[in-house]
Amino acid sequence: MTVEDIIKPENLVYEKSKLLTSKPFHYCPGCGHGTIHRIIAEVIEELGIDEKTIGVSPVGCSVMAYDYFDVDFIEAAHGRATACATGIKRVWPDKVVFSYQGDGDLAAIGTCETIHTCNRGENITMIFVNNGIYGMTGGQMAPTTLEGMKTATTPYGRKATLPAGAGFDGIPNNGYPLHITELIARLPGTKYVTRQAVYDPAHVRKAKAAIKKAFENQINGKSGVNFVEIVSNCNSNWKMDPVKANQWLVENMLPEYPLGDIKVDGKLVEK
Amino acid sequence: MAGFKGAVSVDTERCKGCGVCVVNCPMQVLGLAKEVNGKGYNYAYMAEPDKCIGCASCGIVCPDGVISVYKVKL
Repeated sequence: MTVEDIIKPENLVYEKSKLLTSKPFHYCPGCGHGTIHRIIAEVIEELGIDEKTIGVSPVGCSVMAYDYFDVDFIEAAHGRATACATGIKRVWPDKVVFSYQGDGDLAAIGTCETIHTCNRGENITMIFVNNGIYGMTGGQMAPTTLEGMKTATTPYGRKATLPAGAGFDGIPNNGYPLHITELIARLPGTKYVTRQAVYDPAHVRKAKAAIKKAFENQINGKSGVNFVEIVSNCNSNWKMDPVKANQWLVENMLPEYPLGDIKVDGKLVEK
Repeated sequence: MAGFKGAVSVDTERCKGCGVCVVNCPMQVLGLAKEVNGKGYNYAYMAEPDKCIGCASCGIVCPDGVISVYKVKL
């Protein structure tokens, strides 16, 4: 049997979701954003909610997410995606609203909006893509950057405190990596909080199941924020090729940001 | 051998040649072509089409959604 015999419409088992437009992604080769866009589109398609879904895109690499999804979208001011999503959900409670943000948007400039949206317990879905660096602006340090990680603004590696002998012993310098997902899981307003990754097929499937649960919780009217963090890569600013970046993610990002559910149905998961 | 036989079709003009599908293929079917597409990327292609089992692992990890997977039962 030749390849031409197999490639026929009746034998199709997997293709790109129809909810993604034909426009090619502008992301770098191997970027996790593309995979995450794809699984979100698949979830919306499987749940059949494309007519009533409204997305909110952030400022950052994924600022033009509205170009790629064939659903309604709003582009929010920097860091204010969850505040925008709150407004939409309150005006249209029957719509399905999700925000899509990176770590520079959600965990840096938008920390206030993030914390307060979670504290108010808005019934929305938040997707948080964490790659530990500011991607769009050229690889500066983000709050989520790992200790010792070299970035454009921390060329000798991020240091939580100044080195001994510098005359400022013990004084905080760049701070510690911000675990915003653990932080908001402590708030009573969050319903479902989880951390996933998309570097291999098994984890893409798990991440898709988590996103699906986050959307289903919202549709079922369970009050509270459904928060999915996805640990992703930034091979351009980590200065690696895509395959090496995924290996680096497994070796360095995952020990700092362990995968798994943190809060399910409003109860913290015992570890 | 296996009860299934598969094949993938790659949208070569949209492929960015990141190679994530190549390392995630359990049967080592895929490879990066020596030729380049219009943007200058070495696109992915089926280097060993006979080995493909249609598991769709390549399609699931593809960041650009350029891979369609087909499968037939033998």
